[in-house]
Amino acid sequence: MINAQLVWIAFFSPLVACVLITLFFLKRKTSSSLIAIAGILTSFVCSCLIFTQIFQANPPAQLQQSLTWITIDALTINFGFLMNPLCVMMLLIVTGVGSVIFIYSRGYMDEDPSSPRFFAELSLFAFSMIGIVLSNNFIQLFIFWELVGLSSYLLIGFWYAKPSAADAGVKAFMVNRLSDFGFLCGIILLWSISDIGHGRSFLFTDLTAVVGHLDPHLLTITALLLFCGVIGKSAQVPLHVWLIDAMEGPTPVSALIHAATMVAAGIYLLARTFFIFEPSATALTVIGYTGAITALMAAILAIAENDIKKILAYSTLSQLGLMVMALGLAGPMQGMYHLTTHAFFKALLFLGAGSVIIALHHEQNIWNMHGLFKKMPITGMTFLIGTLAICGIFPLSGFWSKDAILALAYTHDTVLYLIAATASGFTAFYMGRLFFVVFWGNPTALHHGAHGHEPHESPLVMTIPLIFLAILSGLGGFMGIPHFLFPQQAPEELNWRVALISSVVAILGLGFSYMIYGKRTASDPLATKLGIFYTVLKNKFYFDVVYGWYVDNIQQNVALFLSKFEKEIIVRLCVGGLTNLTRSGGKTFRYLQNGLVQFYALIFILGAVLLFLFMMRVL
Amino acid sequence: MITLGNYLALSGIIFSIGLVGVMVSRNVLKVLLSLELLLAASNLSFVAFSKFNGDYAGQLIVFFVILVAAAEVAIGLAIIVVMYRRLSTIQADELRTMKW
Repeated sequence: MINAQLVWIAFFSPLVACVLITLFFLKRKTSSSLIAIAGILTSFVCSCLIFTQIFQANPPAQLQQSLTWITIDALTINFGFLMNPLCVMMLLIVTGVGSVIFIYSRGYMDEDPSSPRFFAELSLFAFSMIGIVLSNNFIQLFIFWELVGLSSYLLIGFWYAKPSAADAGVKAFMVNRLSDFGFLCGIILLWSISDIGHGRSFLFTDLTAVVGHLDPHLLTITALLLFCGVIGKSAQVPLHVWLIDAMEGPTPVSALIHAATMVAAGIYLLARTFFIFEPSATALTVIGYTGAITALMAAILAIAENDIKKILAYSTLSQLGLMVMALGLAGPMQGMYHLTTHAFFKALLFLGAGSVIIALHHEQNIWNMHGLFKKMPITGMTFLIGTLAICGIFPLSGFWSKDAILALAYTHDTVLYLIAATASGFTAFYMGRLFFVVFWGNPTALHHGAHGHEPHESPLVMTIPLIFLAILSGLGGFMGIPHFLFPQQAPEELNWRVALISSVVAILGLGFSYMIYGKRTASDPLATKLGIFYTVLKNKFYFDVVYGWYVDNIQQNVALFLSKFEKEIIVRLCVGGLTNLTRSGGKTFRYLQNGLVQFYALIFILGAVLLFLFMMRVL
Repeated sequence: MITLGNYLALSGIIFSIGLVGVMVSRNVLKVLLSLELLLAASNLSFVAFSKFNGDYAGQLIVFFVILVAAAEVAIGLAIIVVMYRRLSTIQADELRTMKW
């Protein structure tokens, strides 16, 4: 039996932490970080307890508890949770990886004077993300969806005095808002057609029964609209542009939000409400190809990137594309499995990058880093494990989950398989590039960082999370995650052919990168070799240019027109007109009050006469 | 025979003279006198009604009207005195300050 109190505690404890910090501890650095860590750890402990409670029962337990929040005639909005195996697994990832990152942040944000605000915002994010995970209906999900977007904006623009950071925050929020418009349309559409006799509902449990009775075309449209939300939140093409600039935020933010959890919310949504997408083959195809294209495009773009965090951001985009593709191939289990292992090794990679950045005093260009393995062995070793995991090398966790997806593609859609396999090949190449440029070789060859300061290993509070995540990345394939995610589903057999092909591709990719980057050069040799194609990559396939042009020329003009319309017609003409009417009326009628008593007497008598005539039926 | 109509016609004429006096006079004392005319005219018509209906109600009302008229004249004269002190004139036109 699941204890509902545990769920509510897990839900609200980060919020309590956020409120406490904001109200009382905004000046105290140590206390605020400890409160935030306490908040998320409480949620984690509760999640573990809920996990044991769910899996003690056979079949695994499930619980839904909600209160009716808003009722207007036939519109009912609930507030509550739906706890099931998928939910608790996601909760474990969010709170578990979250706790690790919170602890790491204590070391990373130590020198920053506004770190209490950081921890408050991070706790707010944790609360919002847990809200998404627990929600049992679309409206509550949407509310927390937007809250997560807000937290992301606050955290990306944490150093708001820096113009690029502030702009990046705005960009992320706007792109998300755009996708959320489609999402909301989908939610409302689904609600409006959800009446099969018991009234309309937003609840997932109710909608599961409704889906079978819906018109297929309407269902496809609904599914595609809901997928719009995923496109924005999980940064799929064409709304992927915000994730790269989101790296302006502090590295723990990049690790938590833009790698492990928030961007995975879209995948989670697809898995949680998969019953809506499953019957519609068209929607699934669209989802599958969107994911695959994102995966490939991001992997290619990563080759030309020189900022360590942005390379990792592209790799996130690529892996997210793979997850989305898995869901497009009707494999929510494979998608969620990869989400889990990805959370482990991506957080690891980002935290490792953070460790390097701090050690080199905020240097982020990989061409200013060299041979760090000898100077920072723990960071280097864990980063290597993360790299191998993301490349899908046996027996690390990434191998099992990525191959699950590739096997799914292999047996269902060859085109998607080829795209995904190519993306994986590129992944191995650019991750190898990253590792070799930053960590390989002799540290004496080039100077380190902007200050010529010798880098040394990061403090324990940062390296212990790295080790922990490295262990998870290594052993993740053996923890039986697929079974815990979808207990009803039979475990998949390993497809040896696919595993072999992908291992060969990965090793080839790593080999290529060693050939080009194993020997150290001052800058990227590919830049000259690829020539004009490299310029295209540097400009990110010109997405930002196109969007920028559109915003400057089309959107701005529409906005200016509307602004002028509002100012002139609505304000000056209508509202102003009314006031002028009143004013001129007043100006005319005030002459009636001229202060002469006899004038008043005259009016008085005239009135009496009129009344008299009226009474005599003359008027 | 002097009928009710005759009395009422007389009352009407006196009332009209009083009305015109109130509206037209520039001298405030004239206004006050015209006001008295108005009251007198209505008294007349009340008494006439009383006589021709054999009912004393009209005469009772006249009592009250005379009472009120007396009080009103007292107050009115007091106001005129104050006005003369302020404005050194008793032209009604000079009272002009409470306007737009």
